[in-house]
Amino acid sequence: MSDVKDRIAASSKPEEPSTPPAMGLVGWLRWTWRQLTSMKTALVLLFLLALGAVPGSLVPQTPIDPIKVSDFLTAHKTLGPIYDKLGLFDVYKSAWFSAIYLLLFISLIGCVVPRLSVYAKGLRARPPKPPRNLNRLPGYERFEVDGGDDVLAAATRELRKRRFRVQTYDGAVGAERGYLREAGNLLFHFSLILALVGVAWGSLFGYRGTVLVVVGNGFSNTVAQYDDFTPGRAFSGDDDLPPFSLTVKNFEVKFQEDGPQKGAAREFKAQLAYQETPDAPEKSYDLLVNHPLKLDGSSVYLLGHGYAPRVTVKDGQGNVAFSGPAPFLPQDSNFSSFGVVKAPDARPMTLGFEGFFLPTAVIGPDGPVSVFPDDLNPQLVMTGYYGRPQPETGKPESVYQLDKSKLTQFQQNGDKWRFQLAPGQTVALPDKAGSITFNGYSRWVKLQVSHTPGTDLALAGILLAILGLMGSLFIHPRRTWVRVRDEDGRTVVEVAGLDRGPERGLGDEIQAITKSLKPAGPSKQEQP
Amino acid sequence: MSPETYAQVSNLLIPTATVIYVLALISHAMEWALGRASVAKAEVKEEVLVGSAGEQPAAEADEPVAPAASERMDAASRIGLLLTWLGFVLHLGGVVTRGLAAGRVPWGNMYEFSITASLAVAIVYLIFVSKYKLQWLGLGVTFVIAAVLGLASLALYTPAGPLVPALHSYWLVIHVSSAAISGGAFTVGGLVSVLYLVKARAERKVLAGGTMSASLRRLPSAEAMDGTAYKVLAFAFPLWTFGVLVAGPIWAEHAWGRYWGWDPKEVWSLVTWVVYAAYLHARATAGWRGRRAATIAIVGWFVFIFNFVGVNLLVSGLHSYAGV
Ligand code: HEM
Repeated sequence: MSDVKDRIAASSKPEEPSTPPAMGLVGWLRWTWRQLTSMKTALVLLFLLALGAVPGSLVPQTPIDPIKVSDFLTAHKTLGPIYDKLGLFDVYKSAWFSAIYLLLFISLIGCVVPRLSVYAKGLRARPPKPPRNLNRLPGYERFEVDGGDDVLAAATRELRKRRFRVQTYDGAVGAERGYLREAGNLLFHFSLILALVGVAWGSLFGYRGTVLVVVGNGFSNTVAQYDDFTPGRAFSGDDDLPPFSLTVKNFEVKFQEDGPQKGAAREFKAQLAYQETPDAPEKSYDLLVNHPLKLDGSSVYLLGHGYAPRVTVKDGQGNVAFSGPAPFLPQDSNFSSFGVVKAPDARPMTLGFEGFFLPTAVIGPDGPVSVFPDDLNPQLVMTGYYGRPQPETGKPESVYQLDKSKLTQFQQNGDKWRFQLAPGQTVALPDKAGSITFNGYSRWVKLQVSHTPGTDLALAGILLAILGLMGSLFIHPRRTWVRVRDEDGRTVVEVAGLDRGPERGLGDEIQAITKSLKPAGPSKQEQP
Repeated sequence: MSPETYAQVSNLLIPTATVIYVLALISHAMEWALGRASVAKAEVKEEVLVGSAGEQPAAEADEPVAPAASERMDAASRIGLLLTWLGFVLHLGGVVTRGLAAGRVPWGNMYEFSITASLAVAIVYLIFVSKYKLQWLGLGVTFVIAAVLGLASLALYTPAGPLVPALHSYWLVIHVSSAAISGGAFTVGGLVSVLYLVKARAERKVLAGGTMSASLRRLPSAEAMDGTAYKVLAFAFPLWTFGVLVAGPIWAEHAWGRYWGWDPKEVWSLVTWVVYAAYLHARATAGWRGRRAATIAIVGWFVFIFNFVGVNLLVSGLHSYAGV
């Protein structure tokens, strides 16, 4: 029987003609297929994959940071559009990147599927006959004995003990071991396919959304309640969302108060009350950064936190035009937080405010700033706008930005009007337009809810791949032959071996086998 | 001992270890310098031929060099290895006390990762040095470790302190330690590949009638070095696969709610992985063995280094550590 390895090698021989034969469509297709599934193509595709992944780490990516992408487009008037055309702002979904890995995986399948049957046949193959010139092999020993009828039997025993598969021939034994290396290699490549299927499954049927919830408020899992929602391509809507709801009861955060890492966060904890379905009993859960809440396949993560000042705005007629918490977004590591308060229902003029919440405010040279992320000296520093009432447009508006196109900033003594409030304080607006009260503040948490099916498959695939890889890299396939021959009335014993993997180091084993076969007493021996 | 005392001990041990590694480096450099002098042309040629046909590393057969020089080179090599062991013990002490000072694993920021990763290089080297007779790698290894430690102390130093919440996870232990150890092995494999290229070139020159200096002759045959590089990298690759494609994603899933997000660090870890997969393929492809495979191994090493240094310093992403 011929040998697995050589046939495998034949299927990926580099010496294949590299020009297409003149054989019509079928011949041409076959040639293309053989090129695609050759080892060299695999190498080239692997390099292309590595190279293609790089720009995504250097050029801003839309799915990761869309703001940076638009900054880049404004800053680079000529380069920007070219990058955009090339898909460099979303490399990992671009056509050319997909093409590389799809080709790689077609090549992979085309490469390993045929090997499977070759391997299955090879598994049943017996170790081959010794080649004629054993002394040409890299591991070779020879010695002479008198008699020597039982040398081959001893060799068979010794080789079996060393877990070789042994075949007896006339005047020789052939032995082989390490069949599992190829099995490991096949397992590795197949498991990679498995892992990729798992990943693809997740990106098709999964979803991910984020929502900002002020402490005390709740959230129920419908698309409309998310601030930001990214469905997979095959995701079909609310029916695919598990119907849980939750309330953020409390949020605790601790910061380092001294030392060089002053201000670094030490611990966050959000206490949740949740119901898995509308009629399920309420349960509670402590949500930590590395400790998500798992609900019916979806997971809830704690991504971030911030402050939401609670304010009350009264209009010029003395009516409450806005009251409640307004989430402000942290701008730096000391949680100087920017936000807006809108009172479109205020009369006779609509009102709007924008500015900063400073958890630990001090007056710096450029005005008030926050110097610590915790709430040691909270202050609200804002300015106000007024405008004519506008008809409802129904268009969604950002809650973090004030559309100032139809608003005018309040002035006082010929300067822009600003105010600074501590909790509990109230300030009257200029021109008897009303008042604003800083009642206090709550904290908010940013939650992410996501569901990624196929993760277990991807994980199993990778773990199996590692198992196969270890077999493929650490199993040392090799062949050994022992041959006896009569020469001038004495028996010449030859022991030789051949490494069949990339490792070397058969010599020691050949020597050990030889030693076990040599008669214990003094006998003439020679070595090459 | 209090955390402050541990921190002081660590801050004392790390620079001391650096100095000892530098002494080891000097010793190995002397070993090489001594060998540059004597050249015996005819014998070298023969030895290369024997070395490439048989299994024995060429260095072991080299009687013909002037015996006095050879002895002095051996002595320098032994002293270098001894000093490396001494440096390693101090280095280990420095890393352990750093961990005790911070009350956690000592790889929460770049300074700590540098001292730990260079310790991993030392561990991998010292494990393989007796198994594969790797003394000839001493120059490269001590250079890399001393350089990393020196840079860490001078440019990256951060006082010991607790971690930001995102790093509170036992996956930090699993993920980073497997990355550090495979990184140590990538470094050793890269250094072996560099020397392989040097030696293979020298052997080709000898075959064309040229000469080879004694320090190069002390190296094993190019073929044996190729085998050593393969073994070290074959050890590193599954570990790296586990570290960045299993442990990393599991942790990212816990911490950020997605197991893969094309963060720059993730991208470069994948690129490193793909390059080493290409290395293993190259070795299995006729015509790519030897020189081209070694080149890929060196490229892989640079990619790994860039992932660690370049990505942290140049590119912003989720993986940027607290305090650099
Ligand atoms: C994602 C893509 C791939 C990765 C990460 C990968 C990885 C690997 C690794 C790490 C090895 C080393 C294991 C060993 O030495 O036995 C290997 C071996 C091998 N790969 Fe791949 N591979 C990929 C795609 C392919 C493709 C497309 C082909 C077919 C053209 C292929 C054919 C082979 C063969 C034939 C071997 C065995 C070499 C030997 O006998 O030593 N691989 N691969």
